[in-house]
Amino acid sequence: MMMILGIDVGGTHTDAVLIENLEIKKKTKAITNEKNLIDSLLNVMTELLRGENIAKLKRVVLSTTISTNAIVQDKTERVSLILVSGPGISPSLIDTHGMAHFVSGCINHRGIEVAKIDPIEIEWLGEELKRDSIQDAGVVGKFSTRNPNHELKIRDILGSRLRHISLGHRMSGHLNFPRRISTTFLNAAIWKLYNDFVTQVLDSLRHWGLSVPTYILKADGGTIDISHSVEIPVQTILSGPAASIMGILSLCEAKEDAIALDIGGTTTDIAILADGIPLLEAFGVTINGHKTLIRGLQTKSIGIGGDSRVTFADNRITIGPEREGPAAAFGGPFPTPTDALIVSGMTAIGDREKAALAITEIARKMDVPVTKAAEAIIDCTCREISSHVIRMIDEINNKPVYTIHEMLEGKKLCPRSLYIVGGPARAFSSKLGSMLGCPVSIPEHAEVANAIGAALARTTAEITLLADTERRTLSIGEEGIQIKIPPGFSRRDATLVGTKKLRELAIQKGAREEDLEIEIIEDQEFNMIREFHTTGKNIRLKLQVKPGLIAGYTTGKVL
Amino acid sequence: MKKTRKTGLVFFPAFDWAISSTHPEREERLLYTQDQVFEEGLLDFDNIIEYKPGIATIEDINRVHICIPDVTSVVTESHLISAGGAITAAEKVMRKEVDNAFALVRPPGHHAMLVVHGARGFCNVNIESIMIEYIRKHYGPKRIAVVDTDCHHGDGTQDIYWNDPNTLCISMHQDGRTLYPGSGFHEELGGPNAVGTTVNIPLPPRSSDEGFLYVLDNVILPILEEFKPDLVINSAGQDNHYTDPITNMRFTAQGYARLNEKLSPDIAVLEGGYSIENALPYVNVGIILAMAGLDYSHVREPDYNEAAVRQSAEISRYIEKEAAKIYDLWKNRESIRRNLIGNSRYVKRKKHIYYDTDGIREQQEETVRVCNDCGGLVVIDSFADTGNRILAIIIPGQSCPACRKEGELFYASIHKNQYSYVYFQDRDSDVFLADKGS
Ligand SMILES: [Zn+2]
Ligand SMILES: [Zn+2]
Repeated sequence: MMMILGIDVGGTHTDAVLIENLEIKKKTKAITNEKNLIDSLLNVMTELLRGENIAKLKRVVLSTTISTNAIVQDKTERVSLILVSGPGISPSLIDTHGMAHFVSGCINHRGIEVAKIDPIEIEWLGEELKRDSIQDAGVVGKFSTRNPNHELKIRDILGSRLRHISLGHRMSGHLNFPRRISTTFLNAAIWKLYNDFVTQVLDSLRHWGLSVPTYILKADGGTIDISHSVEIPVQTILSGPAASIMGILSLCEAKEDAIALDIGGTTTDIAILADGIPLLEAFGVTINGHKTLIRGLQTKSIGIGGDSRVTFADNRITIGPEREGPAAAFGGPFPTPTDALIVSGMTAIGDREKAALAITEIARKMDVPVTKAAEAIIDCTCREISSHVIRMIDEINNKPVYTIHEMLEGKKLCPRSLYIVGGPARAFSSKLGSMLGCPVSIPEHAEVANAIGAALARTTAEITLLADTERRTLSIGEEGIQIKIPPGFSRRDATLVGTKKLRELAIQKGAREEDLEIEIIEDQEFNMIREFHTTGKNIRLKLQVKPGLIAGYTTGKVL
Repeated sequence: MKKTRKTGLVFFPAFDWAISSTHPEREERLLYTQDQVFEEGLLDFDNIIEYKPGIATIEDINRVHICIPDVTSVVTESHLISAGGAITAAEKVMRKEVDNAFALVRPPGHHAMLVVHGARGFCNVNIESIMIEYIRKHYGPKRIAVVDTDCHHGDGTQDIYWNDPNTLCISMHQDGRTLYPGSGFHEELGGPNAVGTTVNIPLPPRSSDEGFLYVLDNVILPILEEFKPDLVINSAGQDNHYTDPITNMRFTAQGYARLNEKLSPDIAVLEGGYSIENALPYVNVGIILAMAGLDYSHVREPDYNEAAVRQSAEISRYIEKEAAKIYDLWKNRESIRRNLIGNSRYVKRKKHIYYDTDGIREQQEETVRVCNDCGGLVVIDSFADTGNRILAIIIPGQSCPACRKEGELFYASIHKNQYSYVYFQDRDSDVFLADKGS
């Protein structure tokens, strides 16, 4: 049986698990050394592999905050953006990160070139970038997913002068020029840092004598072979929340609509499962205020956690959103929900005296006994969390749809179970369960759920296919594929081509044959009518290998 | 820096509905508009909020139309969602969740008249009117102005509000002598109790931005200023565009955005527009940006050529004269009314209506009670070549006691077996009765 190592280097903690024979053989949790993530990684790895026969190790999966941290802490490279915008939205309304050069050229919504780029203009720009000692750049065109030729031509002209060029159409098949710009910018900005990180990881593994498939976890809860991750490092941002959801999936038997909560010290992350499958963000994830096109699991992070500061003013209790330190029971400066749990006897951790002292302060203001105040704080915390959950479900159910069929027959989410992980999970569970009307499960090994999630996540991939039989072209936006098709090309043909390409792509990114669960997520076909005659078909498909666990680790059945 | 506004967007392209397989009102119609709106990233602006449309009810439609024999026979789900989308847009504005809203929905509705035997001009039911009567039912009586900027005369909306002095219907469109439905001349001013609250502005073929904006500045805005509506609705048809395949005008995306900015409607509702690749994507981006108070100055068609869309000096002169005449008619509406009514107690009008989409012909006689206190009791006797002959008695919104009394007595006294159906519509108490006759 194979042995799998999963590591999640999170912002605060680094979790690691060693899985063998469908069991957690070893697990560990350490404080992350923010200054040196590689160190954190190697330490837990050393700990878990000590005394093991590493020949049995068949798979290593890492989830790290390296990309997220670089962006959030602004430790990124200087980058230039070259934008082929054409008419439309005003440049003043686009967040160009102050680094943009708008150049001539225009592609329209059908992917037809309306205005050419000017090679001389690009040459001049290249000289300017050189003078400014710019080494990394992003090239982004409006509608470049419909026709990447402008981006490719600009790269060919500038390629020799720069270290790396990120191309907009490679980031995602979705339409959204401003997001494509942000995504490409972030990708270019972390490219160097991430590549150095991967080189170090690969060196360390070699040093260990390990040559097993090694993966990195992405924001969509899927993995990618580490050496293939270097071209688009930005897809590894926000892998932490994704790891947590995948962890819940691997520890629980979720086949139905469900709510997954990860209650931490500072925040609570909410995710929703539809028939046991985590939902993806419609366009892409948002990081540090930047809206991107990065495919990611839909999570909502709210500023309520075990260590949130509790205040009482204007006759009401407020939980968070800030965390001013640990709970009072652990020497923190202010009362917190954790202190309330300790006072109520719902958890037996920390210094009970200190907790009681902190809660007394709130009780005095409320003019009630300490136990009543503690109860009120717990109640308020749970009520806040549930109301956010309910709002999130409402938003998902009220998401606009564009066909009469979906209007009348569309699926309505109706969660039947609640899964909770995180420190205060057990203490809050019964109250949250009754408020949300769901039975609650608290999985075993929840404290290392992230590492388990990473260890067992399968490789995911997505493609966006557009066949235009009037123009006789088929394009797969994010892969830059453009091929000629015959006029009689059908939706069935498109599905076959799409499935084949997705399969190839997923295998290339590290997927195993047995994990290729392919699903069509968008499927539209339009008759193109010009002057009362049908002139062609516009076929639009989106296919994915959906997020899930590798074969043999069916949801909740193992570990 | 302009002041931004919070704009609600109800986008419902009905990607699975068409009138017929090669009809211009088809699945593909808003496909490229969706592409452009998505690609420009408009839905990511904090002040542009997308809403899912609601579904209009049978009652919402019976409040406005007389559908023959009944609502379910003349509408499909698509019409209920399109009207529901307009209602959702109105709800968001009325509840002050947004400053203004745009219902980018299909199918359109502005050719649907009060009596509905079938579909005409791609329209079955009038989605703006359904929305307006919904607003009045739920938010009280309101003075409402509809400014129809579709290239075709908004004859359906005109027909529905012909006798309503509280609804100002302004339509600017390509001259009816050169385009469907062949009506909308400046002498069409409204019924005996609502003279002047129907305003028609026919424009000659090949009118451009300059002409549209001239009548906006010199006719529409001054009349709105005097009418003082509580709400301004824009029937935002987009078939005035220079690339539209079924019309002959030269309006541009910039022109549409500028018109929207100046008119500043509370609610805009999409009507026609069939240049689905070369106009709609750009016009809609322009309108959305203008409504949200965002910079639209870079929006233009990729093939835009200023010289090619300029209007001739002759057209400019013609439009100036026409505008002056129309504004005069508005100014003199009281004396025109006195002349029209004379001593009569009732005013009749006869109409022949052709339902081009469904190929139905209707003969109609409308009788209005002359009244100084309300829009007046309306009785419609209609016969269609489907074989249906109907009678409809309509008590207007904010009706006076005399009109109401007379309507109720009349309804009680009719011999129903002369008709296929007899309808009684009471807009104030939201009562709709339908009796099967012979
Ligand atoms: Zn029209
Ligand atoms: Zn009256």
